[in-house]
Amino acid sequence: MSGSATRAPVIEITPELVADHGLSPDEYEQILEILGREPTFPELGVFSAMWSEHCGYKNSRPHLETLPTEGPLVVQGPGENAGVIDAGDGWGVAFKIESHNHPSAVEPYQGAATGSGGILRDVFTMGARPIAILDSLHFGSLDSPRSRYLLDGVVRGVGDYGNCVGVPTVGGEAIFDPSYERNPIINVMCIGILRLDDLMRGKAEGVGNAVMAVGARTGRDGIHGATFASVELDEGSDSRPQVQVGDPFTEKLLLEASLELIGRDLLVGIQDMGAAGLTSSGTEMAARSGSGIDIDVALVPVREQGMTPYEILLSESQERMLLVAKPGCESSVADVLSKWDLEAAVVGRVTDDGFFRVRDGGEVVVEIPVQPLVNECPTYTREGVEDPEVRRLRELDIAEYSAPISDQEAADALLTLLDSPSLASCRWIYEQYDTTVGTNTVVGPGSDAAVLRLADSGRGIAASLDCNGRYVYLEPRRGAKIAMAEAARNVACSGARPVAITNCLNFGNPLKPGTYYHFAEAVAGLGEGCRALSTPVTGGNVSFYNETPDGAVYPTPVIGMIGLLEHLDRVVPSCFRTPGSTVVLVGETGDELGASEYLAACHGVVGGAPPQIDLEEARRLVDFLVEAAERRLVLSAHDCAEGGLAVALAECSLGGPDGPLAVEAELRTDVPAAAALYGESQSRVVLSCDPETVEEIVALAAERGLPVAVIGSVGPPDGRFRLAAAGVQIDLELDRIHDVYRSALPRRMEKQAGLTT
Amino acid sequence: MKIGIVRFPGSNCDQDCHRAVDEGVGAEAAYLWHKSHDLEGCQAILLPGGFSYGDHLRAGAIARFSPIMREVIAFARDGGPVLGICNGFQVLCEAGLLPGALVRNDSLRFRSHPVRVRVEQTDTPFTSEYEEGDVLRMPIAHGEGQYVADQSVIDALESERRVIFRYVDELGQRTEEANPNGSVRNIAGICDEGRRVVGLMPHPERVVSKLLGTDGLGVFHSLIGSLQATGDGTTTQTTRAGDGPAAQAAEAPATHAPGVAEASAP
Repeated sequence: MSGSATRAPVIEITPELVADHGLSPDEYEQILEILGREPTFPELGVFSAMWSEHCGYKNSRPHLETLPTEGPLVVQGPGENAGVIDAGDGWGVAFKIESHNHPSAVEPYQGAATGSGGILRDVFTMGARPIAILDSLHFGSLDSPRSRYLLDGVVRGVGDYGNCVGVPTVGGEAIFDPSYERNPIINVMCIGILRLDDLMRGKAEGVGNAVMAVGARTGRDGIHGATFASVELDEGSDSRPQVQVGDPFTEKLLLEASLELIGRDLLVGIQDMGAAGLTSSGTEMAARSGSGIDIDVALVPVREQGMTPYEILLSESQERMLLVAKPGCESSVADVLSKWDLEAAVVGRVTDDGFFRVRDGGEVVVEIPVQPLVNECPTYTREGVEDPEVRRLRELDIAEYSAPISDQEAADALLTLLDSPSLASCRWIYEQYDTTVGTNTVVGPGSDAAVLRLADSGRGIAASLDCNGRYVYLEPRRGAKIAMAEAARNVACSGARPVAITNCLNFGNPLKPGTYYHFAEAVAGLGEGCRALSTPVTGGNVSFYNETPDGAVYPTPVIGMIGLLEHLDRVVPSCFRTPGSTVVLVGETGDELGASEYLAACHGVVGGAPPQIDLEEARRLVDFLVEAAERRLVLSAHDCAEGGLAVALAECSLGGPDGPLAVEAELRTDVPAAAALYGESQSRVVLSCDPETVEEIVALAAERGLPVAVIGSVGPPDGRFRLAAAGVQIDLELDRIHDVYRSALPRRMEKQAGLTT
Repeated sequence: MKIGIVRFPGSNCDQDCHRAVDEGVGAEAAYLWHKSHDLEGCQAILLPGGFSYGDHLRAGAIARFSPIMREVIAFARDGGPVLGICNGFQVLCEAGLLPGALVRNDSLRFRSHPVRVRVEQTDTPFTSEYEEGDVLRMPIAHGEGQYVADQSVIDALESERRVIFRYVDELGQRTEEANPNGSVRNIAGICDEGRRVVGLMPHPERVVSKLLGTDGLGVFHSLIGSLQATGDGTTTQTTRAGDGPAAQAAEAPATHAPGVAEASAP
């Protein structure tokens, strides 16, 4: 039974009310022009939501339009619920990333849970069965009780939601830096697979076709969440009513029901009622189809009495879908929903007059032309100016840190870095996630990339999430290119060819010239990376206003890279597997300590320029890795990134499934020891291989114009970690570094039992 | 031979179980809908993992009242083989087909990682293809996996050899460190008095392929072997308490299925 909307008193549209809706006087003028009259109160709410940053991309669109979105494998690019690529033999891979930063800052458990819920729905509305989730988490220092509380809640939220729905969480990253102290970055990516024949889109076609609201009922939660996501969090932010509450059990039912509806060919289109709820789903579906939509809010099943049209239109209650049924299929749709114990209600019809028309019983309360509402959101190109403080930090003289170090200092630095939560084992996090449900997880968390089975095709899907916000902060264009190159390298280390990305651009307030500069430069860097690596963007998300009175977070454009692996049985693990195998370093090690984790963790310095990145070389390295895997030349391959060679080698040694393996290695170089061990020169990979294939690997690298050095060998399970470079020798017991590496997170999270807000 | 897999709302390991039966051991698998009263002639029933009815109230607490469970309980009382995995184990305990209960892990956190379990008894329809003492590697993924029961129940389980799987370390030793959830006496799986109903927390259905590991295959091979041994599927007649030893004799393992030997740790 549907409730009936409560007739709201006529509300006068004052300049204050317009401003409260986040609309500028100029934007309001434009609304008056579009309508040819004053908007009603619900209409003002509709414009406010659709022209929010979250839905309208008003400060980002001019830059996003510069990104490449096409490629031979792209079936669906940006503008739909999720991107889709062609994975061969009729299979498609649907994937997308979404942020839930502000809700998670306020209520970490529900914020993270509903973030997972939303991105799952974006994927299964494409007709794809979700098979994996990855999460990119950025928090403040774990020395702060607030950050520990947020991490604990977010991990439980992501875990409980995915675990219950039955979609494994298979990878991601966890970064800790004071810049994220009060505004964590919570990005969740979902990957699904589908038969391309079943590909479904968010369309509203066919005049007279029924528009149906299905799933959970509409309540008063999350009203204006999209607008909330588009402002800064202020002092003592307590916006809990704008945070939605998730129910993964309903989501699971909705997932199965939706896939059954799509499989039985009952639908014209379907879309999640996500940000801006019924308003965005209804108007966007109509806009894509050039049609109109006519809805009666009195027919929408509601959770509580007395809801006004304004509230019903803008509610962000979770686990709801809007769909358009094929002619004559309404009752079959209702039967499927009922089988899964879910509600379905016909709430309107598709029209051909191009209007988003909302009635409340008989009375028309909203009548807005769809095209200008959805596609003519005002956009702004602003002038970005680099913050002088950023330049000062980048140009900081860091030469003193390249001074000679003793063996003891080198060893202490390694222990400090392995104890840094950003570099330490994430096991404490991912052991709270079901990583294997669905039996598609071939390589789970703790590796460079997650690798998934593509049904029974014998092929695999690799995925990685990456971003180093410190690099982007210090030099945004280069930082973004590094994020692209690293994501591609991670995927290629598994043997997969990187094919496309989704991105989640987390920045501060774009009205501030320094932030805008960061954004514009970073997007330019992403574009360069996409073109150089032939990995177009298939969709994504922009999250601005990630700042508090303490300042903005590091600009954090998270890259979700997807790769395809031709032969799943040739997948390459990250860590050493075989005692006696030879260790090879591909790539050049320079004197580059700028922006490194070493400077931050061991010297408390954030500064210097991020390492050089040559995208053309990055691409050759990808080609090399894919070919080496295809020819079965390598036993393991691991990206050399934050923490440099020493940390990369330690990770290779410590991360194997059967416990640590000893390492004996030496890098011959003229570079000063600190930089040789801990510098973060790009386009480097640590390989292990059978001694008999070394020559082939060296030849293949040379063919690709890549520097390569045989640096050592893998030892037995009990032994030492030995690494020499530039006259300095690190020599530590395996057990000792293993303890430090695996206890860094639990030591901080479990012993500090007093998790407080 | 047909194996039924019950789908509750919120089941999420149903497809994995289907694949384990179908592709893993080549038997016919059929989904059984929770609202149905028809077991469709299935000769064994699997209750898969997941969050049936959203774990509302308690894990498994609502599922026991679903229409299909009335038939499953009758089927089990008649000696039909029933396996509950993870949430399925919780449902079996809630339904009273197995004693004891599964409560929140002692860490108070969801835990998901590979564990090793030792096969303690081989005279059940789900373990006959293993050797006693085999150590299997399979994943756990649960928030409520801590097995608890009254002391008298535990004593009975031990004396009647009804502990079927136990958490152990890589050497097959029962240690505190190897116990992922605080289960009493490292219990990972048990059977009923008739030895035909088995529940366990780890997921054998996730390790039935070369790609992901094969240690769980033996569970499904055992079932097929046992159904063949009892006359191609017709269920054995009711076994009263105390009939255990006789039932065991009838089900002595015949041969090892391919894949099991290599899967078992020394």
